Parts: sequence; structure tokens; C-alpha cells
Amino acid sequence: MSRNLRILLNGIIAENPTFVLTLGMCPTLGTTGSALTGMSMGLATTGVLICSNVVISLIKNFVPSKVRIPAYIVVIATFVTVLQFLMAAYVPALNALLGIFIPLIVVNCIVLGRAEAFASRNGVFPSLLDGLGMGIGFTLALTLLGAMREFLGSGKIFGLEIYPESYGSLLFVLAPGAFIALGLLIALFTKIRTPKAC
Amino acid sequence: MKSSIVNMVLSLGIITIAAAAILGGVYSATKGPIEEAALAKQVDAVSAVTPAFDNDPVAEQTLITPEGEERALKVFPARKDGKLVGTAVESYSMNGFSGEITLIYGFDTEGTLTGFEVMAHQETPGLGEKMGVWFKPAEGEPGAEGRTVIGRNPATTNFTVSKDGGDIDAITAATITSRAFLDALARASRANQTYVENETGAVPAAAVTGATPKAAQPAPTPASEDSVVVSETETNTLVKAEP
Amino acid sequence: MLEYISIIVTAIFVNNIVFAQFLGICPFIGVSRKLSSAVGMGAAVTFVMVIATAVTWLLQTYVLNPMGLAFMQTIVFILVIAALVQMLEIILKKVAPALYSALGVFLPLITTNCAVLGVAILVIQKNFDLGQSLVYAFATAVGFTMAIGIFAGIREQLALSDVPRSMRGVPIALICAGLLAMAFMGFSGIKIG
Repeated sequence: MSRNLRILLNGIIAENPTFVLTLGMCPTLGTTGSALTGMSMGLATTGVLICSNVVISLIKNFVPSKVRIPAYIVVIATFVTVLQFLMAAYVPALNALLGIFIPLIVVNCIVLGRAEAFASRNGVFPSLLDGLGMGIGFTLALTLLGAMREFLGSGKIFGLEIYPESYGSLLFVLAPGAFIALGLLIALFTKIRTPKAC
Repeated sequence: MKSSIVNMVLSLGIITIAAAAILGGVYSATKGPIEEAALAKQVDAVSAVTPAFDNDPVAEQTLITPEGEERALKVFPARKDGKLVGTAVESYSMNGFSGEITLIYGFDTEGTLTGFEVMAHQETPGLGEKMGVWFKPAEGEPGAEGRTVIGRNPATTNFTVSKDGGDIDAITAATITSRAFLDALARASRANQTYVENETGAVPAAAVTGATPKAAQPAPTPASEDSVVVSETETNTLVKAEP
Repeated sequence: MLEYISIIVTAIFVNNIVFAQFLGICPFIGVSRKLSSAVGMGAAVTFVMVIATAVTWLLQTYVLNPMGLAFMQTIVFILVIAALVQMLEIILKKVAPALYSALGVFLPLITTNCAVLGVAILVIQKNFDLGQSLVYAFATAVGFTMAIGIFAGIREQLALSDVPRSMRGVPIALICAGLLAMAFMGFSGIKIG
């Protein structure tokens, strides 16, 4: 397996930000009321993650180490605000749906975490791949959780009716369901990842 | 890279200035589209809720302050061949689960609700959106009878959630949102009544009066006589007022 | 007065920042293994949240809005919060070294605690005045401290129980949080004023 592929897959499986690192929990719980909102949030975060990783890897040699965290935060916040404007202009409905979780990408531990742990130590291309991999891992996790909650809660996946809504358990669309569904998914992921230990 | 005061200030300064420049650029580039998107949303919502019209309601909008309140509502008159066929009213409620909700309601000239669109809300994701579908279910949907608000007139319907003794079934697990929805509806209905009165001199059948739990049953305003009322100022504004 | 009470009750119980708004989940999961450190974290968040909200509110109202720089909101807010956390770190190190060592790596993480930035942005969105903003920030922080405190108590008990291996750690904690959130749903619908 080539190094690049390994970097890409690292974020999706070995260090999946949601299931393994358990980072970025707020949007994970807050925006997964349906598969679509979960996926949109994942993609928005992926966009910021890739851009910030690339830029931080480009400027890493010019930033004194003592002010590197504030510098990274400024870079991330810039991309988040750009994303916020673009979404408000071209997909206003989605922007309204995700609400405060869009500006809050800035404090998503995954984005700053990858900047500090990976982009500040690696070249531009690997940083791009790392951002992409982590982003895909995060998006998959959010989509999966969103689909699970939507399916259990309202009998739909991506708005497609699987069984009548009245049989659904609304609990899973509401706040408690978010915690419980995520807990079950992480347990499942742990079990699959370490088959011998269990 | 080693840190010294000079390079710390310099690098942070350069990054911040670059960030501000990029943001300023993107801000001015997206300002137009953001405003257009907001306007398009308003235009779409107005045409979705009112009967067919051929004027420009958004251009003709006026502000109406419902009785006993401070904040004015936007009223968009819809006309066909110069005749008022209905209005769209942008209303709000502060009683939502988290913060303000904004909706546009459409009325015909008799005050019957012809449609509504949710404009903005901060309700729980996954529940708040239900406002847009719950209160206008497709025909034959189970439970549609109790929750539809379209085609109902405040004169014959108690626009209060059934938990509070009204005629409308609240959204499952979102009673607060439902109350806020009906609160905004009541406000819009009052503004619509005022507007239609000012415009034609005729009194629409009634305005919703009781959306808050404690409010009394709506007292239907006596309808004007069963005849064609010709407004004195504008002879082409014929409004048929029925009881 | 009634207005403030309404804000307080809503922020602590009805719209609890953790259980209803899903903000501040990282420290909620990360620093809740021991009751003592959970309470410390809550105190630190309270301190930062109130001061940060005051500073960001003043900045937004008297600097960003008049200068037409509202689009810099996110950047300015997060930098103010980051600076405040640094200050708190320095102060705690000198004044309360025990608490400092207990909170360890999580203190810098308040910067990336979305509850702090979230509240700063929310009070602007809600058009609160300064008094309302401060009350809201304080009440929200109390709600956070209460949530993390209760949760830490549960997790201390949980550490003694026999949990299936793949459920250990975060998964079982999340499910307990879900049950707590369910309990907090009982407060929904309460309205004052």
C-alpha cells in the first residue's frame, strides 16, 4: 500500500474522527437529524478541513511556533466565514437548516487537531490527502448516523420512505436518540475493528 | 521557526490582514447573491401562499402594526386585474422553542388561510422543519383532518392546539413550536384584517383571536351584509363579502 | 426581572446547552471521568464564558457593527476567546496549581469548546442586550456545569460496573448521556413570563 493511500485511508478507518478519535461531537450529534443534513455538515467540514490543511502546510515554515495556534485559528476561521457566505448566497435553505453549526466548524476539534497534528508537520500534498481522508471519514460517520436516526425515527432514509412514519420512534430524531444512536454506532465500530479482542 | 517578538507580530499581522482582505472580498462578492437569495425566497413564498395574481406584491408591500402591538408586519397585497384577491403577511412569534420564528401566511379576502411558508426558525433540527409539512398534509394522509390549517377560516376554526382546547393537533413532540406557529398565524390574521379593512372598507369574516393558551375562544366579528361592497374611493376594487 | 428568570430557567433546564443544543460535547465526554475535575472544568467554562460573552458583545456592538465589519465576527470572537483562555491558564497556574494540574490538557481545549463561541454568537443572533447576554451566558454555563457534574457522578459509578468490552468507555457514556437527555426533556415546554 502506497504511503499516500495509507494517509487517505487513515482518516476513514484507522483514525476515523468520529468513531475512533471521538472528536467533533457537537455537529455529529446536532446535525444528524436526517441523513441529508448529516451529509451536508460532513461535506462542509471536509471543505474547510482540506483548505485549512493545505494553507497551514504552506505557511508552516513562516509562522513562529509560539503563535502558531492563533495563526492556525485565523486561517480556519477565514475559511469557515467564506463557507458561511457562500452557503448563505447559494444554498440558503441548507444554511438555515445547519444554523449555528456552520460558524462553529471553527471550533471543531478535528480541524484544529489535524492542523496541529498533521498539516504543520507534513508537505502540501499529504496534508491535502489527510484533510480529504479525515473529511470523508467524518462525512461517512455523519451520514451513517443521520441515516440511522432518520430510519429509526421517521422510517425514511434521505427522505425516501422505507416504512410508514407513524411506526417510527421519534426518540431517535430527538436529542436523547442522538446520544444513544452514536453510542451504539461507536460500539459497533469498535467491535468490527477489533474482532479478536471481543 | 524560532519565536521573537518581531516575527510573531509580523506573521500574525500578515495572516490577519490577508484573512481580512479575503473575507472583505468574499463578503462584497456574495453580498448581492445573499440579498437576491433572500428576496427570491420572499417572492417565492408570497406566490406560493396567495391566490393567483398579476401584480408585484413585493413591490407593493406595506407595513401594518396589529392592534396592541409594537412591531409592524409586512403585508404583500396580491391583485388580479387590479382587484385585491388576497394578501400574504410576513409574521413572527417569539414563543418558539428557541428564539424567533418567521413565517409568511396567505389569506384570501375573506380571511381564509390559503397557504403558508416557513421563512426562518431556530427550532430543534428535525422537528422545527415539520411545521412546513405538518400543518398542510396531503389529502387522505392519516390525521390530516386535525392538523391542516389551509382552507380554514378563523371565523369557524379555533386556531389553538387541541391540548389547549383548540381545533388544531400539535406536531408530535413539538407542542411549543406548534403554539408559536399558531401565535404567528393569529398575528398575521389580525394584520390581514386591518389591511383588508383599510383597503376596502369591508370587514373580513373574522380574525384569529385565540392562539395563546389562555386566550378566550375567538369571538367572530359580525360579518358585513351579504352583498357586493363597492369601496367609495376605488370603483374598480370590488370585494364580495360573505358572512 | 421576570425576563431574567425566564432566561435563566430556559438556559439551565429547558434548553440545556449539552442535552438540547449539543454544544460543548467534547469536554462533556472528555473531562467527566471524575467528579472533581468535571466541576473544575465547569467553573473554568463559566468564568471564560461570561467574560468572553461580555467582551465579544461589546466588540460586536461598538466596533464591528459601526465599522461595517460584521463579517469578521467569527475570527474576532475566536481570537478573543483564545486570548482569554491563555490568560486564565496563566492565572490558574499561579493561583491554584492543584486545579491547574487536574484540568491538565483540557484547559487549552476551552478555546475549542464550541459552547463558549456558540453562546457568544447566539446572544448576537438573539439580539440580547448586554444584561440579558451576561445572564444568558452565566445561566448556560451553570447548565453546563450541572450537566457535566451529574454525568461525572454517573460515570464514576459506571467505572465499577461490568460493561461489555466494545461498549466500554465512550459508547456506554454516550448512552447514559442519552438517558440523561431524556430526563431533561421533561423540562421542555416550561415557560416563564
